[in-house]
Amino acid sequence: MKTLFKILAASACAFAIGQSAFAYAEPQTSPASVASAPVTTAAPSMAAVETASTPAISAETTSTSVTTAAPAAVTPTVASTLTPAPTPNKGDTAWMLVATLLVTMMAIPGLALFYGGLVRAKNMLSVLLQVFMIFSVIIVLWCVYGYSLAFTEGSSFIGKFDRVLLQGIWDPVQASFTTAATFSKGVVIPEFVFAAFQATFAAITCALIIGAFAERAKFKAVLAFVVIWFTFSYLPIAHMVWFWTGPDAIKDAATLATETAKAGFLFQMGALDFAGGTVVHINAAVAGLVGAFMIGKRVGYGKEAMAPHSLTMTMIGASLLWVGWFGFNAGSAYEANDIAALAFINTLLATAAATVSWVFGEWMTKGKPSMLGAASGAVAGLVAITPACGFVGPMGGLLIGLASGIVCLWGVNGLKRLLGADDSLDVFGVHGVGGILGALLTGVFASPSLGGQGIFDYVTNKMSADVYSIAGQVTTQATAVGVTILWSAVVSVVAYKLVDMVIGLRVAEDEEREGLDITSHGESAYHS
Amino acid sequence: MKLITAIIKPFKLDEVREALSEIGVQGITVTEVKGFGRQKGHTELYRGAEYVVDFLPKTKIEAAVEDNIVERALEAIENAARTGKIGDGKIFVYSLEQVVRIRTGETGNEAL
Repeated sequence: MKTLFKILAASACAFAIGQSAFAYAEPQTSPASVASAPVTTAAPSMAAVETASTPAISAETTSTSVTTAAPAAVTPTVASTLTPAPTPNKGDTAWMLVATLLVTMMAIPGLALFYGGLVRAKNMLSVLLQVFMIFSVIIVLWCVYGYSLAFTEGSSFIGKFDRVLLQGIWDPVQASFTTAATFSKGVVIPEFVFAAFQATFAAITCALIIGAFAERAKFKAVLAFVVIWFTFSYLPIAHMVWFWTGPDAIKDAATLATETAKAGFLFQMGALDFAGGTVVHINAAVAGLVGAFMIGKRVGYGKEAMAPHSLTMTMIGASLLWVGWFGFNAGSAYEANDIAALAFINTLLATAAATVSWVFGEWMTKGKPSMLGAASGAVAGLVAITPACGFVGPMGGLLIGLASGIVCLWGVNGLKRLLGADDSLDVFGVHGVGGILGALLTGVFASPSLGGQGIFDYVTNKMSADVYSIAGQVTTQATAVGVTILWSAVVSVVAYKLVDMVIGLRVAEDEEREGLDITSHGESAYHS
Repeated sequence: MKLITAIIKPFKLDEVREALSEIGVQGITVTEVKGFGRQKGHTELYRGAEYVVDFLPKTKIEAAVEDNIVERALEAIENAARTGKIGDGKIFVYSLEQVVRIRTGETGNEAL
């Protein structure tokens, strides 16, 4: 695993050095002026889709240096204004820094405790450590090559190596820092902040997976798998769904077409995913489910008691997840603005609704309302609202929440029995089912007729004049879901197989019986 | 000398302890145990996974007593620990071979 690490890092560096020395920011050549909308009213058939974006940075064109002002490009009918290159707004930057912290907290300790409380006491530390370690490893890899491959211009499936080791962002000689575009023309945030924010997304996505095969996986195998999966599944899917060159270069139908052609494959298709229903939840859930199948069931599954050892910890984890998720969702607006506020209120409402519907659902079908049900319901709601939060109105959010509570309740009961895998912590039942549901319902409730934002047209800089087709958008969403599932599944199967052949996926049976904390880590969580 | 072992419901511990004090039993050992007799367990439900838990928490009391107060001790324990509902517990009486007070080295009845 260490060797793999070194090889990956070394080849990334080699590529970077070979390709470009210091691709640092160049002066912006066209103004980020909003008064540049042309008179033409022919609405392009493919409107620029506002998705949970990636303010993309291509090293050459749209990134700006703080110190230079740019001459205006003049269009005959519109008086252009001479605007200086945009500087990051302090409010937006402050919010994004906080959002990054919130997502970090979601992983450590939020997810760690949520998962940890659900396993038996003898495996508590193994779960905590897997989450903590994966978080750390992925942050490193992200900064080395992940950010570059996800968020630079390359093909529609993956970026290039312009930003390896985060080069090209800070030029200490010029004292300049590059910026990242947001969803608003002329508004930017520091690129470092964008890179950091996205780093936490990659890290928590990878950490989510381990819940599916908790209590029996080899630690080395987990790390090896995650590195491979991160590289070949997370990065391409993040690029496909979120990469675009930003709104600033879009001024007319022609530029709309050229800029869109540079964007990720699913972005170009018009798939809507505000904060990561596909990229994060479906992606990770499929990897988890495949892992649960390939690693096999826990020893004694179905016969022995494997009850959670501390639902107290699980509740603490779930609460930290909820609070942190405001950073995840509202932070995906990249500004401290109305869209962030919309994502915020949706995150509050949908989650609450899902908690209520799950708890009432289980109360009616199983007889008693439970703490685990409430915690699970909340997470289900959070997952489902993730792709939708910046696109749907609050009533849409409410309905998505209510639906996700019930559907995911089925996901961890009926569907789980149907699938037959030992998905220890119900990663697929909650993140997979919730992610798929949320992605599809985003297509429904983003419709202006149902209170949603509709599709944003960056040429006219308002909601697209085209009639929003719910059926059309849901089909697009379904395609994105399908691509994600397929891609993640294939990569996962190959990665697990590879790791199994080289390292072995599972611990020995007697180690599993004794508990991973003692046998894999030489530690005990509780001394009684 | 006899060793009286009583398995009782945990919340009855204080009552039993006081009842034994009143008849002159000065020391007891208490352990938390799990067990079942004819009292059924309960079912726990975690998402889709149902567990039947047969073992219920109980408290075990052990007291070493002289032969002449065994009957009164048994009566005291019974009365204090009884609720009338299933699961009240059981008392076992063993013969004690030897008893030693560690501090002084006294043996037999003086050590009780």
